[in-house]
Amino acid sequence: MAEHKGVMVFGEQKKGKIHKVTYELLGKACELAAKLDEQVYCCVVGPSGIQVDELIFRGADKVFYVTDDDLFELPEVLTYAKNIVRVIEDVKPEICLFGATSFGRSLAPRVAAALKCGLTADCTGLEIDAGDGKLIQIRPAFSENILAHIKSKVLPQMSTVRYKEFDEAVRDSSRKGEVKTYEPIRIADPMIEILEEIQKEEFSIADAKVVVSAGKGLKSPEDLKLIRELAEALGGVVGSSRPLVEEGFISKAHQVGYSGNRVKPKLYVACGVSGAPQHIAGMKESEMIFAINTDPSAPIFNIADYGIVGDLYEVVPKLIERINTRKDVQ
Amino acid sequence: MRIVVLIKQVPDMEKVKFDREKGVIDRGSAGTEINPFDLNALEAAVQIKEANGAEVVALSMGPPSAENALREAIARGADKGILLSDRRFGGSDVKATATTLAAGVKKIGEFDLILAGMQTVDGDTGQVGSEVAEFLDIPHVCYVEKINEVNDEDIRVTTDIWDSVYEEKVKYPGLLTVTKDINSPRLPSFRGKMSARKAEIPVWGLEALQEYLDETMTGIKGSPTMVKRVEVPPAIKREGRVWRDSVDAGVDEFVEILVGAKVVEAR
Ligand SMILES: Cc1cc2nc3c(=O)[nH]c(=O)nc-3n(C[C@H](O)[C@H](O)[C@H](O)COP(=O)(O)OP(=O)(O)OC[C@H]3O[C@@H](n4cnc5c(N)ncnc54)[C@H](O)[C@@H]3O)c2cc1C
Ligand SMILES: Nc1ncnc2c1ncn2[C@@H]1O[C@H](COP(=O)(O)O)[C@@H](O)[C@H]1O
Repeated sequence: MAEHKGVMVFGEQKKGKIHKVTYELLGKACELAAKLDEQVYCCVVGPSGIQVDELIFRGADKVFYVTDDDLFELPEVLTYAKNIVRVIEDVKPEICLFGATSFGRSLAPRVAAALKCGLTADCTGLEIDAGDGKLIQIRPAFSENILAHIKSKVLPQMSTVRYKEFDEAVRDSSRKGEVKTYEPIRIADPMIEILEEIQKEEFSIADAKVVVSAGKGLKSPEDLKLIRELAEALGGVVGSSRPLVEEGFISKAHQVGYSGNRVKPKLYVACGVSGAPQHIAGMKESEMIFAINTDPSAPIFNIADYGIVGDLYEVVPKLIERINTRKDVQ
Repeated sequence: MRIVVLIKQVPDMEKVKFDREKGVIDRGSAGTEINPFDLNALEAAVQIKEANGAEVVALSMGPPSAENALREAIARGADKGILLSDRRFGGSDVKATATTLAAGVKKIGEFDLILAGMQTVDGDTGQVGSEVAEFLDIPHVCYVEKINEVNDEDIRVTTDIWDSVYEEKVKYPGLLTVTKDINSPRLPSFRGKMSARKAEIPVWGLEALQEYLDETMTGIKGSPTMVKRVEVPPAIKREGRVWRDSVDAGVDEFVEILVGAKVVEAR
């Protein structure tokens, strides 16, 4: 087997715009490559005109760029996978990292299966074993209850990595690197046709500094107004538990938890949320957690920094009023 | 039309206990159930069967006890259950699991659709579905949240991917992984329970699958990854200050804390 060298990052992009997770992966890749004394690679598959220099400024020594203006316009997983597999077979990296975005999570297993290598999902930690120089992939499993340390016996060692887990690579506009371009591979009959892109609500709860969530303690969809007002007073956005989404009170984009969105805001306020493990899985890493619940034994209080046992219909208006007066008298 | 649904038996996450000191999972501490997302996959299959006519085959790889999950699948509307079970399948990672499941599908023969859950609550990877598709060399779509139309040659679905929502048309044979939003799984019916009790659940081991699988492709031997260590992380330490019987004091003091933390600042 030819020697595998280098740490490769899959540079996720959409319509030419690079996804931020790529910079986070590059940051981590630089750290790992430094320990191994190897190079950092970035594989980008997309239309022409992608800012490949930016990838170099963020730490890539070599960029492998498969480009075509039509072929990569839509998330055609099979076409992307084929083209990435070709680059990996050509470059033979030792480590290969994908962002655990929805697209990355659909794509990476296809690539790994085609290459017959392992794939560790949703890593939250990556280290080099000082003993054998292998990658230690750390990931939560069992609905986030445990952390497993995983190693690969086969090269490349491949993982998907959670978004917003690592810091973005520092930008250095004096860095130099190489770019190698590839002609794309077309699949004769991809069997899938993407018919339409249905615009999604432009709302990203993951980026909010403050999230105020409502749970089943909320009696009617109209009462979300109260939650929205508190969120506004705190400069934040509205989140929710799963049942409110199921009942159609609010859209899925607002759902926090295991099958919704993961958030890590400065402040998380849970109003009438019991604190089921699946909800906690999505917000337990918040810097500060504040809970309002009528039930003093609600599990949410076990993970809250602060809490008030009380009726949200009484507590929330009082909070809004107090916050607004406090803003005025400073 | 034939639909294969991939079903995994998992521990009931509400009850399973984790030993922080020893860093182990006490699987015996909880009962088992069908992975919640797989119930959505099964429900989707049964709805297609009701609307268009189809045979629904539930396929699982696991220990002999996973037979119960397959009986439950029949009670919830599957026509058949098949269990892939062999001591040599034990310790399979994603690749070995997907390889073994793909071998099971090949042995089943003709099929039009495979439905899987978006992830399991224990393995938690969400990767088995796409890998099965690659090993069978068929297309796949992940995170399907709606089935819009089922035709003779293709199926139209809505998926939430790439920071957007897309409608995609997949030709048969294809694989879909579904989210919790696709439907609300029904409970077992009385008739279903009767069929479940009577059903024969074939158990296929390595020999039965030898045409498609050998010992080096499954179990620990067939797994390119290995778990070196498991830790049960300590619960995050929190301040834990709860105002139990004075809302007004709680509101006042908490807002002062927010001022201190610069979450609330003067306009
Ligand atoms: C596979 C799977 C995935 C899941 N994914 C998610 C997920 O991503 N996100 C998620 O949230 N859930 C998820 N769930 C569901 C989860 O198990 C819980 O059912 C859900 O989180 C409960 O929501 P809740 O806290 O709003 O409701 P409940 O558990 O019903 O709690 C309502 C709370 O409100 C309190 N309350 C009532 N009235 C008032 C009042 N006037 N003032 C103050 N408090 C009041 C009650 O004391 C209670 O504690 C998932 C479940 C499964 C099986
Ligand atoms: N042992 C198994 N038997 C049958 N189906 C499985 C098995 N493991 C995983 N699956 C299927 O693959 C999906 C994703 O699983 P995972 O990659 O483990 O999160 C599940 O929702 C199931 O549909």
